[in-house]
Amino acid sequence: MVILGIDDPGVWLAYLLCIASAVFCVVYGILRWNTGDEA
Amino acid sequence: MDNILLLAIIVIVYLFMIAYLGYRGYRKTKNTLDYLVAGRSVHPFVMALSYGATFISTSAIVGFGGAAAFFGMGLLWLTFLNIAAGIIIAFLVFGKRTRKMGHNLDAHTFPELLGKRFRSSFIQGFSGLVIFVFMPIYAAAVLIGSARFIETTFTTVDYNIALLIYTLIILAYVLAGGLKAVMYTDAMQGSIMFVGMATLLVFTYTKLGGVTAAHQALAGLTGQVPQKLAAMGHLGWTRMPALGSALWWNLVSTIVLGVGIGVLAQPQLAVRFMTVKSTKEINRAVGVGGVFILCMTGVAFVVGALSNAYFFNHPQFGKISLAVAEGNIDKIIPAFINSALPVWFVYLFMLTLLSAAMSTSSSQFHAMGAAIGRDVFEKFILKGKHVKYSVAITRVGILAGVLVTVVLGYKLPGSVIAVATAIFFGLCASTFLPSYAGALFWKGVTKAGVIASMFTGFLGTCLWLLFIHQKESEALGLCKLLFGKATLAQFPWTVVDPIVVMLPLSAVVLVLVSLFTKKVSGEHINHCFKHI
Repeated sequence: MVILGIDDPGVWLAYLLCIASAVFCVVYGILRWNTGDEA
Repeated sequence: MDNILLLAIIVIVYLFMIAYLGYRGYRKTKNTLDYLVAGRSVHPFVMALSYGATFISTSAIVGFGGAAAFFGMGLLWLTFLNIAAGIIIAFLVFGKRTRKMGHNLDAHTFPELLGKRFRSSFIQGFSGLVIFVFMPIYAAAVLIGSARFIETTFTTVDYNIALLIYTLIILAYVLAGGLKAVMYTDAMQGSIMFVGMATLLVFTYTKLGGVTAAHQALAGLTGQVPQKLAAMGHLGWTRMPALGSALWWNLVSTIVLGVGIGVLAQPQLAVRFMTVKSTKEINRAVGVGGVFILCMTGVAFVVGALSNAYFFNHPQFGKISLAVAEGNIDKIIPAFINSALPVWFVYLFMLTLLSAAMSTSSSQFHAMGAAIGRDVFEKFILKGKHVKYSVAITRVGILAGVLVTVVLGYKLPGSVIAVATAIFFGLCASTFLPSYAGALFWKGVTKAGVIASMFTGFLGTCLWLLFIHQKESEALGLCKLLFGKATLAQFPWTVVDPIVVMLPLSAVVLVLVSLFTKKVSGEHINHCFKHI
């Protein structure tokens, strides 16, 4: 399977995981914006 | 550089901004808490950018970007680990507990957190000593890269002068404003880095006809892999190296695991979690940190790999990046920037690299000073009795650390940059990571277990580098001197990074020794884990 012009699953998986993990960070940060204990 | 005046103006404005933020840090620093952990009241945006900018040095952009031109896009596994381990696990799993336990124990440094958790000045002193002895090698590598970069940008500036001026500028604001000055300047430098790298990615994909077209052009170069590299397992720049080959082991064990996992136990990064006032700030910082790291290493690795497609299809070059740079991978990214991008971007990228270097160096100087001043001298040698002049002692420690770093900067070869970075990251992981994780997550871990684990990780890594891992054992020469050969092992062990063996071994020792030795008192454990 070729994704974004890359034919090795070992590489396109890394490419997509990088983007997915950064998106996870942003979504987590927004959803938990006011969550957390005080000092 | 065809407009040295414009470049000089940009750098002067940049240095004025640094001076202003350094002064703000100085004005807001009133006590030891401010100087060592920025008063535990840093804004989450500043914390995330400071963490990222400290993590990413010039070698991560230029050195590892060049490595991506060599290995290909498989290096993106390191970016994934940088975000998954370096941000998600570091912030959400380690960071929150580090902040709470750091507050509970009033810890000001990473070694102090470990020392107070196990009520051992020896653990604090030994950790501080490891940091002070080995961090200068990593700091010198960043220093060398920065001075070489300044020397090639301002062709009239001598390397030795560049190294000295660069060091003195950073030393001034680190000494005056402590961690507040470091983090304020880091945040500004991180912002510049973000803009520079995002612009670089857009330019590169546009130049090569879009995302898919660029990747297809790179995939089409598989037949251009040099025979020597193909024999080592290179299958093309859009493919992973052949499973189990020398290149595969090098990519997976040293670069991906060594640097990807090693980030979790970096003292200068772990202390960042103790600078915020609640876990709410850590939640808010995660988003900024994740996008920042993607924009740093992700862009550097993609652009590094794609530079092959640019150079090969350019009528002036007609060959792959490694050939254009005459075999020196550190020259690939600068060559690509100078050839493919407009002059104004060359200046922006120069500022990006200067920011990456200064933000990493300033944190290294601060961590080294705190390690020798507070952890070794004040807490281990003086047993914490001489706390009245804590900041002054740390400042002397910073001066000592910088002095050692500068001497190494003049003595070490330029080729040491990537190796020194990998050694320090691997050494920190094997020595500190099991104990750090145990301190935060296992109430049953003992002082003896931590000491045994640290010694196992530290000595094991040193011996592996001296006698097994061929790249270092050959360069250091002790194995050749004692046994008449470069390494005592056979393939694949000669290319397996010490972290692969020593990190699990250090963790096993921690568990086994802790199971059979005296536990820390229940009252102390309750205090450590209060509100956790």
